[in-house]
Amino acid sequence: MDGIHDMGGEQGWGSVGIDPNEKVFAEEWEGRAFALGAMSGGLSGTNLDAFRHSLERLHPLAYLQDGYYGRWLACAELLLVDSGIIAEGAVDARANNLLGNETPEPADPEVNKPQYERGGGGSLREIDDAPKFNVGDPIRARDMHVLGHTRMPAYIRGRSGTVKAHRPAAVLPDSTAHFTGEDAQHVYTVTFDATELWGPEAEPATLNIDLFESYMEPRS
Amino acid sequence: MTAMPDARPPAPIRTEALEALLTERGLVNADAINGLINRFVNDVGPMNGAKVVARAWTDPDYKERLLTDGTAAVGEFGFSGPQGEHIVVVENQEDMHNVVVCTLCSCYPWPLLGLPPDWYKDPAYRSRIVREPRTVLNEMGLALDDSVDITVWDSSAENRYFILPQRPAGTEELSEDELAALVTREAMVGVAQVGAPG
Repeated sequence: MDGIHDMGGEQGWGSVGIDPNEKVFAEEWEGRAFALGAMSGGLSGTNLDAFRHSLERLHPLAYLQDGYYGRWLACAELLLVDSGIIAEGAVDARANNLLGNETPEPADPEVNKPQYERGGGGSLREIDDAPKFNVGDPIRARDMHVLGHTRMPAYIRGRSGTVKAHRPAAVLPDSTAHFTGEDAQHVYTVTFDATELWGPEAEPATLNIDLFESYMEPRS
Repeated sequence: MTAMPDARPPAPIRTEALEALLTERGLVNADAINGLINRFVNDVGPMNGAKVVARAWTDPDYKERLLTDGTAAVGEFGFSGPQGEHIVVVENQEDMHNVVVCTLCSCYPWPLLGLPPDWYKDPAYRSRIVREPRTVLNEMGLALDDSVDITVWDSSAENRYFILPQRPAGTEELSEDELAALVTREAMVGVAQVGAPG
């Protein structure tokens, strides 16, 4: 889906600086939010792709408001509410009570984890299909406008590139995130020239990106 | 899409609330949470990747294995786990500099580098490094000669890219441990080079 998460090539975000003394977690809650986020996939019966999709489902202001670990917290909550582990509003009600208010807390919902089959742990899979593309093949990234989760960034859509490497097959995030099947596919690293992506005045550079086979079409 | 976040309690309190709700249901416990935090604060971090780089600089056979099958070669150190399913190591050259990003979220080779630093997660880095890499690298303190080509790797699937930096001149006498101490996180993502000692 299109959204704030798809940042490649966007403008207006300012400059980048390195803080050499940065801590892993700047504040204590960030570590706990990380841990809860890391555990939320298992607790909710979802998966890594659903977690990444939950990042995209956040309101753009929520995406930015509390930084990276704020997103992890919000996504953990979203997946746990989706699966009926906790009720919608339960976190805010408890938080208000921790702040000394008297807020009624919602009753527990019915657990409703997604029912789907996994072909193994992790995301990589062995598949029998022959790869449709070979290293050196000219390809075009399909002009896809997916309503749900996808790992094809907008800045690649419709652009012409060349297959650089064949990588291990992996579950397709577009379907795995929605529990409709793993549809494991070949994955390729594809090379694009900066001028193909950003026009003739682009800064000279080469861009390599990993694309699932169904994101690609042959180009003559 | 979720609601506008205007009237929610602050994130630290919501974190406490979610942990309490899950603890009461017997789904998480403080030991497991603290263990995970401790692992990424103390046990997993750029020091892992630095060992891999120093070994590659001093052992040509290891370097060849690393560039051929990164996952297996870093596995020789015991480095594996989430966000490390398939490690691809890319070597910087005199005339080719490589730099890694994840424009869609912040995918990063956790077993080798730990959790990503702020700059890697910054919208400015995620948006701009694919479009104006030389300008961004300059801003971050890495001025590359115009003769050096730049390749950007956008980690959009489950392959995790790790940069093998160039070994600085004047380090021929250093031990593997001394070399590892020179290698920074930034050099292993490609926004810096490894400086000579002293």
